Amino acid sequence: MKESSVHENAKKYGMVINLDKCTGCGSCMVACMSENNIPFKADETNKLDSITWMRVYRLTNKEPFPKTEMCYLPRPCMHCGGKGDHGHSPCVSVCPATATDYDHKTGIVSQIYTRCFGCRYCMAACPYRARYFNWWDPVWPKEMESMLNPNVSPRMRGVVEKCSFCFHRYQLAMEKAYLEERRELEEHEYQTACTQACPSGAIVFGDLNNPSHKVHELKKHPNAFRLLERLQTNPKVYYISSREWVRRSGDNYLIGENKTSTK
Amino acid sequence: MKMDRRAFLSLGVGVAAGTTLSPLPWKLMDDISIWTQNWSWTPVPDDGECTYINSVCRLCSGACGITVRKIGNRVVKIEGQNGHPINDGGICLLGLSSPQILYGQERVQRPLKRDGKRGEGKWIPISWENAIQEVFSKLQQLRSQDMPNRLACITGTDQGTVPRLFERFLTVFGSPNYIRMPSIVDSYELTLNLMQGGPSSVGFDFESADYILSFGSGIIDGWTSPVRMFKLNSQWKDKNIKCVQIESRLSNSAAKASQWIPIQPGTEAELAMGIAHVMVKENWYHPDFVQNQSNGFAEWRTKLMANVNLEHIATITGVHQDVIIQVAKEFANASTPIAICGQGRGLIPGNMREFVAVHTLNALKGNINQKGGVGALAELDYIDWPEVMMDAIATKGMAIERIDHANTDHYPYARYLMSRLPKVLLNQKEPMLEMLFVLRSNPYYSLPGTAIIKEAWEKIPFIVSFSSVMDETALYSDLILPEPFYLETYEDIPTPTGYLYPMIGLMRPVIQPLYDTKPAADVLIQLAQKFEGTVAKAFSWSNYQTCLEKTLKDKWDTMIKKGYFLDTSLSQVWKKEFTTLSGKFEFKNMELKELEKETTPELEGSKEQYPLLLIPYDSLRIASTSVANPPFVTKTIEDNVLKQNDVLLEINPITAKSLGVKEHDLVEITTPHGRAIVRIHLFEGIMPGLIAMARGLGHETGGDYLYGKGVNVNSLLGSIESPFSGFEMAYATRANLRHV
Ligand code: SF4
Ligand code: SF4
Ligand code: SF4
Repeated sequence: MKESSVHENAKKYGMVINLDKCTGCGSCMVACMSENNIPFKADETNKLDSITWMRVYRLTNKEPFPKTEMCYLPRPCMHCGGKGDHGHSPCVSVCPATATDYDHKTGIVSQIYTRCFGCRYCMAACPYRARYFNWWDPVWPKEMESMLNPNVSPRMRGVVEKCSFCFHRYQLAMEKAYLEERRELEEHEYQTACTQACPSGAIVFGDLNNPSHKVHELKKHPNAFRLLERLQTNPKVYYISSREWVRRSGDNYLIGENKTSTK
Repeated sequence: MKMDRRAFLSLGVGVAAGTTLSPLPWKLMDDISIWTQNWSWTPVPDDGECTYINSVCRLCSGACGITVRKIGNRVVKIEGQNGHPINDGGICLLGLSSPQILYGQERVQRPLKRDGKRGEGKWIPISWENAIQEVFSKLQQLRSQDMPNRLACITGTDQGTVPRLFERFLTVFGSPNYIRMPSIVDSYELTLNLMQGGPSSVGFDFESADYILSFGSGIIDGWTSPVRMFKLNSQWKDKNIKCVQIESRLSNSAAKASQWIPIQPGTEAELAMGIAHVMVKENWYHPDFVQNQSNGFAEWRTKLMANVNLEHIATITGVHQDVIIQVAKEFANASTPIAICGQGRGLIPGNMREFVAVHTLNALKGNINQKGGVGALAELDYIDWPEVMMDAIATKGMAIERIDHANTDHYPYARYLMSRLPKVLLNQKEPMLEMLFVLRSNPYYSLPGTAIIKEAWEKIPFIVSFSSVMDETALYSDLILPEPFYLETYEDIPTPTGYLYPMIGLMRPVIQPLYDTKPAADVLIQLAQKFEGTVAKAFSWSNYQTCLEKTLKDKWDTMIKKGYFLDTSLSQVWKKEFTTLSGKFEFKNMELKELEKETTPELEGSKEQYPLLLIPYDSLRIASTSVANPPFVTKTIEDNVLKQNDVLLEINPITAKSLGVKEHDLVEITTPHGRAIVRIHLFEGIMPGLIAMARGLGHETGGDYLYGKGVNVNSLLGSIESPFSGFEMAYATRANLRHV
């Protein structure tokens, strides 16, 4: 009994993404868009205002031809545990409206759109650029409203949004479990949309605290690393790469950012 | 989708039981009231019962199993079908975006007849009855004038009941001009035909292979069955199987391969010969296969040893001799190595010398028709309709040469030569075509040499498109008879290209058709039945669905239950015997000797005027087959590929420096075939002297989310015809850049 109550109180959902397997195909991005009613505009080439909860970055080692190497890096929200893993995520700590919160039961950082009044402090605080601001109201061509997922509410102008680890899927799975008088979820019962869609099996999702979940072992892989570990944000997303330059670029500086700027 | 407070609150009903039992704090719930009061203008999706229906995706030749999630009567999500033999739960971003096409603004909602000029986009709705009558009277006229061969038909694939019904219609009508769109299916068919005897299609047992040598095939860039290849790519990594990519540009496939070998474009055949040379010289081949199961090896070897010089090959390919030897050694040491080719997605049939040389490597290892190897798949012969009865008009029409000259004395090896059609039409002395049917392909957009195609199109008086969305070919047609979208109808989906077992997938309706559409095969049946005699007799089904059920016979029930029919006993489906004249694998027969004489035609334009080489590339994030990008897919395009409406042209920094161009400069690119304004993107991963541009942009259709974004690279490319096969083998085009 004790075992199960420990589980219940200390879940820590997270991901281990194998960058050797990721092909940059973009299925995870679109699975996320489709699952989470993410809007789209006529021009999405300004990536600063292009809402992509899951975004796949392209990294190169900058070596001249033919020594050039390339690697893709999918970036959801890291669901940072903050220093000491106490739930003081960079974004949560700065939100004046408690519109973003750390759920200690799951380790998931939530975003409550109705409370958000758009000050965007959290966007400034997030070192992973995981947050996006709705500069406009979303517009779906009339017929396309038919494909909206009722489990996720569409957002409106003036609020910030980000990856929720498909929290609604957790809720649905828990409801089902409770109806069946269970308190615990099987690993497969709660999986994010990107994990499910990835044709390469690059993303593994589960409870980092649960020894029976695959992520528990995978995160200890000798080639595993997290982004910007020095900032002590305690991300719940781990990456694996056999290439040293990839591991190093994740560790030292943010994608697209100058090496020296975070020193 | 109007929303009021009450409707929103009723959303909770479906989950009420769970909510009350659950001790979880529902963070979102306590804000419901604020929400409904303040934000009534954002759509709130209707709730309803959640159901899942299995089907097959038809947006490319991949044939992935899908599970469609519906809420009430709405399709909200496409997921990969778990346990499906092709994609086991995985799915590509295009398949995922299917609902955006289903519900998209580009759907053709009813039959349309052109008003205004072609391409102007002015249409008047027409009833199905009148539309079919109009096509019928034109067809009847062709027959009464004894020129049924002036009807042609272009389809994406020639497999499956629907394309086969079109072919049947043309035959019984009296036209030999049924044409399949070009791709590596052509070149692989011919390779097997020449070396192993046909007819058959190629199957790769990548699942059991232990070394992969790819001559530019976009293993993770959409080649053959994309999701299957993704899965394999990961399996190879888990099993530590080496994958070598030979390509002039660091594509995704090259970046993810175990080794990337850059090569001068267009010299892959030579490199394959070089590897073969090493294997033969060092005696690194399979003696039993070569001695007992092949023909012409001795002669082939003598010539290879005499003519092939490794040093020379290293010079022209740009691949160091040591690397050639290293690859030959690894290939030889592997027990089931597979060598493959076909650039990128495989949209261009390519150079037959390359296909034959690459397949020779497989043969040297004896890795043919066996586990872990490359095999010839016999077609599943489930389509056993009674032979058509030919009347005099049809017999006469069918005796006339095909318009593309495939399967004639000029091009005896080709079955279809779509790429020749524009040239033929432009050179015609008297009208050769009166009417064209186009099904599930977008030839107006997707063939190299757009300018020529546009001109050729004007030589065809009446074009009928069966497209369910407004693509370029539909836009430039005269009559659109829209099919239902693939999520709205039944159909058999043939074996995906390159799969190792014969398979039939069952595509089925997951939703009632949204619009006034009609399955193309039903249009054919109704057209045929308006004729008297043999044409009507060849189409005696009451409708297409009956035809499909009757054709599939006992397989229908299995397919309804399982979603597909699969024959997995390798020994039965892989042709054990070679059906060549010698009954053996051919290293050198008459035809292959003929092929050997072929030299790659010179590229158009002079090196002085056009010092650069433009190569097109495929990206999974830009659909480039018969389907164009839906909004979600376009959203994933990186800003170093497309920036606002400008396409970015990849160029090596060294080349850029020598030309005096910098990142994001606007330049004009000119080729002997066209010109366009593009932006510079410096990319270290492309060979100096080359420039690369993505396929699949520059659409004239697609509304706000696609129209006018980038440039169609086909408008800059020239067509290169293989003298031997007649196939399209355009791999590059000479080009120049200048500042604007
Ligand atoms: S779906 Fe998988 S392979 Fe494709 S980009 Fe995402 S993580 Fe990478
Ligand atoms: S990644 Fe950014 S948004 Fe996500 S928890 Fe960390 S700081 Fe917050
Ligand atoms: S790979 Fe092809 S068949 Fe499979 S989901 Fe994508 S578009 Fe559909």
